[in-house]
Amino acid sequence: MNKEKITVTVNGRKHEKEVEPRRLLSDFIREDLRLTGTHVGCEHGVCGTCTVLVNGKSQRSCLTFAVMADGAEIQTIEGLGTAEKMHPLQQGFWEKHGLQCGFCTPGMLMTAVELLKENPNPSVDEVREALSGNLCRCTGYQTIVESIQRGAEIMRGGK
Amino acid sequence: MKPAPFRYVRARSVDDAVAALARDSEAKVLAGGQSLIAMMNVRAAKPDCLVDINALSGLDYIKVKDGGLAIGALTRHETVKRSALVKEHCPLLAEAYEWIAHRAVRNRGTFGGNLCHADPASENPAVALVTEASFVLKSAKGERTVAAGDFFKGVYQTAARQDELLIEVRIPSRPKGQGWGFVEVSPRKGDFAMTATVVTLELAGSNVKAAKIALTGVSDRAIRLPSVEAALAGKPATEDLFRAAGEAARKAINPSSDFHADDAMRRDLASTLTRRALTAAKSRCA
Ligand SMILES: Cc1cc2nc3c(=O)[nH]c(=O)nc-3n(C[C@H](O)[C@H](O)[C@H](O)COP(=O)(O)OP(=O)(O)OC[C@H]3O[C@@H](n4cnc5c(N)ncnc54)[C@H](O)[C@@H]3O)c2cc1C
Ligand code: FES
Ligand code: FES
Repeated sequence: MNKEKITVTVNGRKHEKEVEPRRLLSDFIREDLRLTGTHVGCEHGVCGTCTVLVNGKSQRSCLTFAVMADGAEIQTIEGLGTAEKMHPLQQGFWEKHGLQCGFCTPGMLMTAVELLKENPNPSVDEVREALSGNLCRCTGYQTIVESIQRGAEIMRGGK
Repeated sequence: MKPAPFRYVRARSVDDAVAALARDSEAKVLAGGQSLIAMMNVRAAKPDCLVDINALSGLDYIKVKDGGLAIGALTRHETVKRSALVKEHCPLLAEAYEWIAHRAVRNRGTFGGNLCHADPASENPAVALVTEASFVLKSAKGERTVAAGDFFKGVYQTAARQDELLIEVRIPSRPKGQGWGFVEVSPRKGDFAMTATVVTLELAGSNVKAAKIALTGVSDRAIRLPSVEAALAGKPATEDLFRAAGEAARKAINPSSDFHADDAMRRDLASTLTRRALTAAKSRCA
């Protein structure tokens, strides 16, 4: 099969790779770049755990071919924070128990990053609307909503 | 599962795209990929060749033209949802967007791709039927315009030929005084409709002058209900009349059952949602 050459910047690092056209962006990120923080659940757009930011906008990486991301700037969960220096949203999830098994968490966080960029102080309803495309089998969502509101509070300068 | 291999063509212009479609009779358009890639991932679709139109400029616009909206096929859902022009000229479409997909899907999915996909439970085809939108299709041989009523042919089937690219959708502006209603029930907000009813309503005094009603999720495609519409004309626009229209809608359809809802439930939904959509439309006739 012929391959296409692509250049993508992931979490600030530039990568040049050859990919088969059918290579999903999710597999490219996980297998070719070995960034396994982005999870794959349903692989047909329903669960949202594979959500990454492409040029600043949330996108299902399982519903994008890597060739379509040629030239794009991508942010994955690995670009958000570290264990030593957590992103305010990660801090919020940690404080409010926003995860149990953690499978849905990368998608929840990337979705919330986009939300807070546009709305620094979202109501419960606004958080729920923003999360409508992300499934969690564990938490019942209550603590995820609280975590995102807590993250928002930290980002607004609260302690 | 993973998608089957395919040849990949990146189109740089509309001419480029239609030339690629003409060259290869197996070629298929790849727009936002939010339906097509999902189907390829489960191998429900195995196209030999994809013509990617995402790098193409000039098909991403919302304009006012000839008394209506002209929306470029590659306009992303999220752009349509946020458009002030859409709210002004077609508030019905703006309201439908409260129900269409989730943010990450809307960032990527396109208005044109959504209509070409022709999912039987999709909202926009019903909006297109009620507003009597038209579709501009282009191929290497030329351009033609197809009315919404002739565009949707069945499950994932439209009037667009393999070598044709949808380039623009035209939606007449809301006539002054026309009310609108959009009501949906879906398993999860942002997912495809179990059933949705879309109506427009015009009054003459306290009587119905004209009503248009379309349903999605109850057939192999979105459908208008001409007999129910005709029965409303000239009658006093009361809650009783709207209830009767709901009952008529229940009988006019022949839905199939799936794991979301059986035939009886879809008929119940059609009845209730038709009444509610007409009531909402009446409150907006101003
Ligand atoms: C979780 C989830 C929820 C969703 N919820 C909804 C919902 O509530 N309502 C709804 O309506 N949709 C929903 N969708 C589908 C979404 O709206 C898709 O964006 C849309 O159906 C397809 O648009 P696309 O641009 O992604 O097209 P693609 O997936 O790229 O293409 C779809 C089809 O149209 C053809 N095509 C695309 N563009 C053109 C063109 N310009 N000319 C000719 N042919 C073309 C393709 O060849 C293909 O056959 C959902 C999707 C997901 C994953
Ligand atoms: S893995 Fe992409 S949405 Fe589920
Ligand atoms: S924490 Fe387990 S799926 Fe959400």
